[in-house]
Amino acid sequence: MRAPSGTGPEVAVGDVLLSVENVSLSFGGVNAVSDVSFDIRKGEIRAIIGPNGAGKTSMLNIINGFYHPQQGRITFKGQARAKMRPHDAAYGGIARTFQNVALFRGMTALDNIMAGRTLKMHTNFFWQLLRFGPAMAEEVEHRGRVEEIIDFLKIQEIRRIPVGRLPYGLQKRVELGRALAMEPDLLLLDEPMAGMNLEEKEDMSRFVLDVNDHYGTTIALIEHDMGVVMDLSDRVVVLDHGIKIADGTPDEIKGNQGVIDAYLGVAH
Amino acid sequence: MATSTAAPADTFPKLLIRNANLFGARPAMRQKDLGIWQTWTWSQVLDTVRAYAIGLNRLGLKRGETIAIVGANRPKLYWSVMAAQMLGAVPVPVYADAVADELAFVLAHAEVRFAAVEDQEQVDKIMSVMDRLPKLEKMVYDERRGLRDYDHSHLHPIDDIIAEGRKALAEDSNAAEWIDAEIAAGKGGDPSIILYTSGTTGTSKGVVLTGERSIKAATDTVAFDKLNENDVALAYLPLAWVGDHYLNYAQGLVAGFCMACPENTNTAMADLREIGPSFYFAPPRTLELLLTRVMIRMEDAGFLKRKLFHYFISIARKYGERILNGQPVPLSGRLLYWLGEILVYGPLKNVLGFSRVRVAYTAGEAVGPDLFNFYRSIGLNLKQLYGQTEAFLYVTAQPDGEIYSDTVGPACPNVDIRIAEDGEVQFKSPGMFSGYFKDDGKTAEVMTPDGYVKTGDAGFFDEKTGHLKIIDRSKDVGRLNDGTLFPPKYIENKLKFYPNIREVVAYGDKRDFVAVMINIDLTAVGSWAERNNVVYGSYQELAGHPLVYDMIEKHVAEVNRSLAQDKVMAGAQIKRFLILHKELDADDGELTRTQKVRRGFIADRYGPLVKALYDGSKEADISTEVTFEDGRKGTIAARVKIRDMQTVSVVASMGQAA
Repeated sequence: MRAPSGTGPEVAVGDVLLSVENVSLSFGGVNAVSDVSFDIRKGEIRAIIGPNGAGKTSMLNIINGFYHPQQGRITFKGQARAKMRPHDAAYGGIARTFQNVALFRGMTALDNIMAGRTLKMHTNFFWQLLRFGPAMAEEVEHRGRVEEIIDFLKIQEIRRIPVGRLPYGLQKRVELGRALAMEPDLLLLDEPMAGMNLEEKEDMSRFVLDVNDHYGTTIALIEHDMGVVMDLSDRVVVLDHGIKIADGTPDEIKGNQGVIDAYLGVAH
Repeated sequence: MATSTAAPADTFPKLLIRNANLFGARPAMRQKDLGIWQTWTWSQVLDTVRAYAIGLNRLGLKRGETIAIVGANRPKLYWSVMAAQMLGAVPVPVYADAVADELAFVLAHAEVRFAAVEDQEQVDKIMSVMDRLPKLEKMVYDERRGLRDYDHSHLHPIDDIIAEGRKALAEDSNAAEWIDAEIAAGKGGDPSIILYTSGTTGTSKGVVLTGERSIKAATDTVAFDKLNENDVALAYLPLAWVGDHYLNYAQGLVAGFCMACPENTNTAMADLREIGPSFYFAPPRTLELLLTRVMIRMEDAGFLKRKLFHYFISIARKYGERILNGQPVPLSGRLLYWLGEILVYGPLKNVLGFSRVRVAYTAGEAVGPDLFNFYRSIGLNLKQLYGQTEAFLYVTAQPDGEIYSDTVGPACPNVDIRIAEDGEVQFKSPGMFSGYFKDDGKTAEVMTPDGYVKTGDAGFFDEKTGHLKIIDRSKDVGRLNDGTLFPPKYIENKLKFYPNIREVVAYGDKRDFVAVMINIDLTAVGSWAERNNVVYGSYQELAGHPLVYDMIEKHVAEVNRSLAQDKVMAGAQIKRFLILHKELDADDGELTRTQKVRRGFIADRYGPLVKALYDGSKEADISTEVTFEDGRKGTIAARVKIRDMQTVSVVASMGQAA
């Protein structure tokens, strides 16, 4: 697969790809995120963890451009980011999966992943409707990319099956495939293992690692399964009640008293 | 590039050269990759394998050494087999799903120095047992994914090995001569492959097959089924299984037909449809699965389609078999069948991928007559064969036009079969093995002094058809007190072919007559009860219902009638039966985990019932401990009724009374 596209200057592996500085977000009187700062370096797997309601998904939505923080600054690929909408983020090279699978249920797995290529298609609607000339050539090229992803995720046997008929674990995999089809610089995974059995979790963990290794994609993930988080991620940031309480390697986090208290529920 | 051999080819690499000369531009292999079918012609395969062999040799593989092949059906693994054979090395295929322990046993026993594996999973598995494989030095692999960060001092991608061989061929003018000399140096009597038996009866044994014998056997069956270079087969069954090596690899090389590999193990059904093979093999279980899927989908279909389907299937059951066998059929039957072919059978075969199948085989276990006849009635030329690894598969096979669901056919061409005193089938065949690898003791055990192989299966020749019937493993076959042969599984299977009957346990060894305990199938009998207004509250109540007994009695009577048709089996008709009050369950130790009945254990556990079967009582009380799904234990007590059966005297045409 070719190098990740998207706009903006290239960032070298190990350099900061995205930084979040003093970001706050509130809904009416509720502070979802208060004064949080952390960064994501290119090529790493970064986990965001925390108890229920800690503001993890809000954080992901901020990165994704779905929410706009009232305060703070977000820098992506070295450029401070203006107020943006999700499709701007998508053009910019950020892809995501959702906590509850958000696929086109009536479409086949193949078509869903093809949908991830939409941003990369350039021929206009009428050519595509005719499926002729440049549109055909483009479709063949994109289909080739999609087939690589299908092979990568080992889902050849479900290519032609509408995703609504697939078991949950496979739907999650198709969703990952669609996100990968965008060839993102940054991949956001919102609870990729939620509701999975042990075997499915092991498979998914393997795929997350493989994506990171094979495509060199930077990954930020939210996950509740501590075992998975500690095994997968390079660095972990811990939120509790919208506040960052810890940031470090899995080993540092395991020994952090604040994190233990947050999870065991010590009075604040 | 290729040297043609004047003498008939006696090794597979020589056959490969012959095929590249004869049909160089025809497809030899196909595989779906990234959603597109890729094709390699015979000359491309020859080129690639020659390069691969040179590469492997530079890596250190030499004549007489062994190389393990671990993975699914992929061209590169088949090429590994061919490349090893070119060098005179012996490939040892291992089941891809073997656990690390089994893998370690085979690899250690075969003393492999090399292994050609599919992907990271197999590499990891072998790495985990490395300490038990001191001889293993190098691994080559097909799929690169996930292996990038592994230590590559002993690990190489197959592509690189082939590329290296190609480079050598291009740069070194002696390389081509050298490899041709290596191929020519291969002798037909050398071991061609070692196939390990699956080891259901004890540890697995390495069956050594030679090239010359393998090719002789395959040549006979290719002629038998008139296979040629225009045929296509889908290699979807395990590469390490004798069936795949014979049906696809050996026959493919002998006939020059194209072997297609599925995209991955789960896509075989879809790939079957796309490839449309003309030669097809499926174990009975797969055929059953396919039929069930069709039936379920038909139940979901609209009213008109469902009616159409059932009507034409009944037409097919009436005339299909006879049309396939070329027997006389009334004109109206032919017309209706023709219409059915357009409306139902054709589309159905297309969906199943059977549209172009000319020859199909099933084997491995007893196939139900209903199942077997269904496929034949819609026009699939499904036949049965009997064989084993030691014979390099074929011992018997049904010729076109002589098909019976309960026989496995007459001996294959040039195969000699005899029935030993104790009923055991013994054979001598062109493809038979030369011995078990490093196990002369075991080899001596299965060979008779005059060169026959003992199959361990009991069977007899059917008088009417002259075909062989396999009845059971010979160690399970007993005798009634009057000396009549008693094969429990044969009788049990005959009953189990009825959908209403789920399990059967037959007794008779060292007794006066045969008696059976039957488990009804709750789904089938339950739906029958619903349709016939039979009210029941539990499995136990349903099992004891007089109407259920009447229904099962009919089945038993039919089985008795069918047993009476064989002189050998006529004495083993069922005299008494009972229906068990509970389902036999693996949790209670009554079945093995693979759902086989444990006759001895059941005889102990249901002692009072077995006793009642033989002392003439009309009913018996039984109380058994059961284990519930959550692990709790309880007891079930019941009074079980026993029915007497009429036995049928031997069919008049046989001219003999029972």
